[in-house]
Amino acid sequence: MAEGFDTQSGALTPLPPRVGKGRTVLSLLFKRLFAGLLLLWAVSVLIFAGTQILPGDVATAMLGQQATPQAVAKIRADLGLEKPAPVRYAQWLGNAVQGDFGRSYSNRQDIAKSIAPRLKNTLFLAAMAAVIAVPLALGLGILSVLYAGTWVDRTVGLVTLSAISLPEFFAGYLLIAYFSISHFWLPSSATVSDSMPLAQRLIVMALPCMTLVLAVVGHMMRMTRAALLNVMASPYIETAILKGLPARRVVWKHALPNALSPIISVVSLNLAYLIVGVVVVEVIFVYPGMGQYLVDHVSKRDVPVVQAAGLIFAAVYIGLNIVADLLAILANPRLRHPR
Amino acid sequence: MNRLPRMTPLAALGLGGLAVFLIVALFAPWLAPHPVSAVVGGVWEPPSATALLGTDNIGRDLFSRLVWGARVTFIIAALATLLAFLIGVTLGFYAAFRQGWVDQVLSRLNDLMMAIPTLIFALVVLAVLPKTMVVLILVMAVLEATRVFRIARALAADIVVLDYVEVARLRGEGWRWVVFREILPNALSPLLAELGLRFAFAILFLSTLSFLGLGVQPPIADWGSLVKDNKDGLVFGVFAALIPGAAIAILVVSVNLVVDWMLHKTSSLKGAHRNG
Repeated sequence: MAEGFDTQSGALTPLPPRVGKGRTVLSLLFKRLFAGLLLLWAVSVLIFAGTQILPGDVATAMLGQQATPQAVAKIRADLGLEKPAPVRYAQWLGNAVQGDFGRSYSNRQDIAKSIAPRLKNTLFLAAMAAVIAVPLALGLGILSVLYAGTWVDRTVGLVTLSAISLPEFFAGYLLIAYFSISHFWLPSSATVSDSMPLAQRLIVMALPCMTLVLAVVGHMMRMTRAALLNVMASPYIETAILKGLPARRVVWKHALPNALSPIISVVSLNLAYLIVGVVVVEVIFVYPGMGQYLVDHVSKRDVPVVQAAGLIFAAVYIGLNIVADLLAILANPRLRHPR
Repeated sequence: MNRLPRMTPLAALGLGGLAVFLIVALFAPWLAPHPVSAVVGGVWEPPSATALLGTDNIGRDLFSRLVWGARVTFIIAALATLLAFLIGVTLGFYAAFRQGWVDQVLSRLNDLMMAIPTLIFALVVLAVLPKTMVVLILVMAVLEATRVFRIARALAADIVVLDYVEVARLRGEGWRWVVFREILPNALSPLLAELGLRFAFAILFLSTLSFLGLGVQPPIADWGSLVKDNKDGLVFGVFAALIPGAAIAILVVSVNLVVDWMLHKTSSLKGAHRNG
């Protein structure tokens, strides 16, 4: 079972860290952080290589196919593209770690300045969705185990399977069609600004948030249910049932603590997925976040912006994966002492 | 996959949905009443005898475009999935077979690729690559192949240490025999299930890219592009964008139902089928 679970984890799932005698959880934490940093560095190489070494020339892409060779040469010189790739990479990374992502090709604006408020918006939206989705998914998962095999279980299962299969853009437009076109209850676009009062902001963000919740809740619920059912099959649960404990108590007291570690992993992985799902949702609802910014600049072939946004998305994703690992280790002491 | 589990109503539903999709994709030229880019009426007209599902954002028949879109969606998703399996299974088996540093290098590289969310990775490389269908299929295939590699390697690594493989090796069979006669048959059924899941994911992924305007480029349109074309009608109360959206959703649900049935379980630790 661990195998199937592993394949879901997406990012690097390292061998279980070895902990010698006298070492603490703290040293484990530092090890994982260090591995994460190393991974992030490798990812930065990959992103840079993906945008700079792959066929396709930035200067020609900017000017179009009919550009004169002189114009192309001038752009290349302006952008410093004449230097060899490793030198450009070192410069780019050196500046990036200091928070300087250079200037956008398309509008010559400072990328870091454009990204900061958008990153805040994106994280706010993702956090809002997480606050609703996590308790909902856990609740539904526990409910469907308590009523395993009954119509409650089947209904929850079918509804969540459908929610998983809905592409975000379809779910988003369905919600718009119902809530803002048919009933005028909620606004269909989520253009927020800093001057907006919080209450209004939350109303405007309601639909994008619901779309994101729909996107992750099904997966989290199904994994919670599966992890719980897995534990429910073990002998000590049978003992608990045989000695006459009520089902509720068996699930809460005996099964849940032991299913916690996989559940935590799933929750964190889905939170990491939120960061990706946010891209599509922001485009649907015209929400001024990182995702919309990235997609806009991909069509404009604005490489520095794409690199910066890609790196930040990857960093958040890797960060959440590390948190997932650490929380799983904290929840399950067995992971601290591999054979 | 020699014996399939008993047919359930949900499985029948899934198989039915999948069959309709395949028939539509196969017989598109005969099923579509109008050529794919023919303008047959005004903008966003309601359904009528000439346009069964109404017209789209520039007056083309939505039904015909949906039928042709099924074909585009199917071809790209299927090619990308097959290519992903070719790459992923080959490298995965190779890594498991050779073990040692070859395995280490391939596995660590794969981990690195998987450390970047799929959609973000696709967006980053599509920013520089030319927007052609071949590039699209290749990008989708390479990104999917990382997931296939992981599973193929894990499956093969479990089998390679078993006694019958050892026996085959000791009696002097070459790698070809071991891979095709010992490993592949025993890894086939989980791989086939994975194929189904990857196909469902490829459909979603393609639709998402097209919806963002970075997938299939006009004049060709898949279902994701149809949603993108018609999304602005929504605020005028025209629900044309919801029809291709629903088609994608139904197709993905159907594939998932069929895979669930083939695996003969209603839920597993895999739970649902998605990756970052």
